[in-house]
Amino acid sequence: MQHKYRPERRNTRTMVMTLSKSNNAFFAFLLILPLLLISTQLAFSTQIQRVISPGGIEAWLVEEHSIPILTMNFAFRGGSSQEHKDKAGLANVLSAMLDEGAGDIKSQDFLERLEDLSVHFDFSTGKDFFHGEFKTLSANQNEAFDLLALAINQPRFDSEPLERMKSQIISGLKRNARDPDRIASRLWFENAFSNHPYSQPTKGTESTVSGITAQDLRNYRENVFALENLKIAVVGAIDAVSLGIALDQIFGKLPDKAKLKTIPAADLKISEARHTAFDSPQTVIRFGGRSIDRADSDFVAAYVVNHILGGGSFSSRLYDEVREKRGLAYSIFTHLMTLDSSALYIGGVSTRNETAAEVLSLVKQELARIANEGPTQQELDETIKYLTGSYALRFDTSDKIAGQLVAIQIEELGIDYINTRNKLVSSVTLEDAKRAAKRVFGDGGLFVATVGPIMN
Amino acid sequence: MTSPNFSVFWRHTIWLIASVMPALILAMPASSQENTATIIAPNTSSYVLENGLQIVVLPDHRAPVVTHMVWYKVGSADEERGKSGIAHFLEHLMFKGTPSYPDGEFSKIVASLGGQENAFTSTDYTGYFQRVAKEHLPLMMEMESDRMSNLILAPEQVAPELKVVLEERAQRVDSSPGGQLGEEVTATLFPNHPYGTPIIGWEHEIAALTQQDAFDFYNKYYTPNNVVLIVAGDVTGEEVLELARNTYGKVKRRFDVPTRRRAADPVIKTAKTVTLIDARVQQPSFQRAYIVPSYSTAQPGEAESLDILINILGRGASSRLYKSAVKSGVANGSGGYYQGSSLDHSRIVFWGTPRGDNKVADVEAILDQEISRIIKDGVTGEEVTRARKKMIASSLYSQDSQESMARTFGVALTSGQTIRDVQHWPEDLGKVTAQMVQDAAKKWLVKTRSVSGYLQPLSKSKSAEKEG
Repeated sequence: MQHKYRPERRNTRTMVMTLSKSNNAFFAFLLILPLLLISTQLAFSTQIQRVISPGGIEAWLVEEHSIPILTMNFAFRGGSSQEHKDKAGLANVLSAMLDEGAGDIKSQDFLERLEDLSVHFDFSTGKDFFHGEFKTLSANQNEAFDLLALAINQPRFDSEPLERMKSQIISGLKRNARDPDRIASRLWFENAFSNHPYSQPTKGTESTVSGITAQDLRNYRENVFALENLKIAVVGAIDAVSLGIALDQIFGKLPDKAKLKTIPAADLKISEARHTAFDSPQTVIRFGGRSIDRADSDFVAAYVVNHILGGGSFSSRLYDEVREKRGLAYSIFTHLMTLDSSALYIGGVSTRNETAAEVLSLVKQELARIANEGPTQQELDETIKYLTGSYALRFDTSDKIAGQLVAIQIEELGIDYINTRNKLVSSVTLEDAKRAAKRVFGDGGLFVATVGPIMN
Repeated sequence: MTSPNFSVFWRHTIWLIASVMPALILAMPASSQENTATIIAPNTSSYVLENGLQIVVLPDHRAPVVTHMVWYKVGSADEERGKSGIAHFLEHLMFKGTPSYPDGEFSKIVASLGGQENAFTSTDYTGYFQRVAKEHLPLMMEMESDRMSNLILAPEQVAPELKVVLEERAQRVDSSPGGQLGEEVTATLFPNHPYGTPIIGWEHEIAALTQQDAFDFYNKYYTPNNVVLIVAGDVTGEEVLELARNTYGKVKRRFDVPTRRRAADPVIKTAKTVTLIDARVQQPSFQRAYIVPSYSTAQPGEAESLDILINILGRGASSRLYKSAVKSGVANGSGGYYQGSSLDHSRIVFWGTPRGDNKVADVEAILDQEISRIIKDGVTGEEVTRARKKMIASSLYSQDSQESMARTFGVALTSGQTIRDVQHWPEDLGKVTAQMVQDAAKKWLVKTRSVSGYLQPLSKSKSAEKEG
């Protein structure tokens, strides 16, 4: 099976490209081999190559031959926010179905073939992107590419595995429905985003998942799986030429254009509180509000400020006030979320029921303090040192590198970002930090979701 | 899936480690995937300092970062009765300070260098680690060796930290029916051995822990001769040895450490059941735990056979349980795992969740059938080969992460295994025959040596009890 269509497909695709994509035509015609456009130097001697396949598909590659494995991460723009609300959870069901049979290979055989070859497929969905992670031993690379190509292009969606996966997902939803952390997150998103697609639970509900059909999966795949909204990163023992051929084999049959519906900008509700009664020794608190876009010139400063407020694992204002000084919680965090159609910050903490009100008022106090006063110069300096110094730790395994490279492409930061990122962080001044703090945390609005016994 | 086994407790954030055989690291050519003569991490070097501290170095030069881990050969199973949770509480308190680095200075310095850190406690070990750019390794070694003998504590630091630990317990155990059931199954499985006590401790005993208890524990177990130092990453053995001599080498051997001889369990003669009926449970499920030998206590080949047995029975889509319980439509999920690394005896755990109108008892019946079938008819040589291939391949993937390399060696060396055991694991797996797998099943998967745990929803509890 594995070499069935590769040679002629390469040429076919190249021809198509010369006709349909004039800006790539020159390269496609001139170079049957993948084109190495730019190499950029990581701080730690890793080179990122921009590979363009003969068919014009781009991937960022870090060639690493010291371990005989290959990791590929990719993402299609268009995650769960593309779902109709009656079909919430569709992309998640799809993510469970892509390794449940494809082409002529039925579910059980497909799964066993993956296992026998030790190939790992892991699909998942976020609100804006559908993600794929793929891993193989280099020794099994060709068979693994064949299986991935089948999964992407010809998934079967047979009814037995579809019902099995839906049943597993519903079982998980039922479990989550009694997990206070999950209840709190859902309560927050459903209400803060009210009728926006972002309010829909990514994994759907029991009734929406029950109603998902094979045709729904086909439609979603056809609408979302396309070349224009695809980003790919590869790390491992493969050269650019071989990768180019593989890219065409795996993704080359996809349409150029996706059919995505436009997601309106979300109007995030703030200054409200919701509570769900739940019998538990602790109260779970989720809080959050509006933030600024990834493309905003203050974003990096906001990122630094968030780290000072609640981003650091053992050092943040909230960690100090709530855990270190008072012992009120095991963990407390805030992070910035930048979605395609919204930007927000969200935080969370669990504490004894009797101290829930105290923790919430500490949170509000710290939000106000950082908004009004900003961080201190010392906090800023220390945080910049941490964020710049730890950046290399995001690149010490193949999985992490591939994940970072997809994220950088999604956020359109440029192939050179890895080299400039620490400079961006270091150049945040106290004035920038204060301005960003005020912009993110200073509007006074906070949406609070709590789960536990009634709070006073 | 229902995963009630918190085998490790962390200072911050919950990182559940798969409780199967530790991830292993191999260096081998791509073509030799099935070569059981492969040696894992062949460039490992190991030293012992004069004060008794053992050093293991795992070079990985792909990125200029290092993972620096100190493993104390002490865990919750070494606690005095009535003081449960002290190993974990001390782990939290170790960040409070020393005269040289007072008031949480340690974490501040690590953060200011862009380092990441954490600490963890299990039944047989307590570990501390930092991940930093390689040039900061000397300072990490200095600070870590400093707190090996110079810990200072103030009551105003200890009191809030005790509350933090109680919150951690509330969040991770008491807020989760699965967490609570797991604790009870473990307590029943090990009625006399300290493995039956939760790592984080019983709530009432944690609440009574004091600063003095922490110091007593520290002064009994925290000494260089009770430590395995593991450094993985962009370093060589000689470099690390040199640095260690100038840091850890200067810490005096503080005392002799008591032999780790824990109270043994009697042979269980009855199949026991533990049931948690809780309004929070929406999905009934069960688990069944069997007492089995660990890699450290097993007869030669026995642990490897158990590892392969659990793979054939309960891991992945080609496993027998997946086919007979999940694929058949009876269960939403069913599988098993073997906790192979522990100083004393260990466990194999199976679990299952029924699908649709099926009952827990239906899934359990399939498990019993599959176990009986292996005991009666054995497994095929092909199944053994397939399982072994999968296990060796998954260990190849973990070679990608210096942190998992360090953890694999750390767990093994604090749980009674040797560097040789880790390095030659593929070879040892290669010696397992179908007959050995069948023998292991016959000897160890005996229902009268097991504990079954049931999670049941409140409303259906009466009918479910009858079915169970």
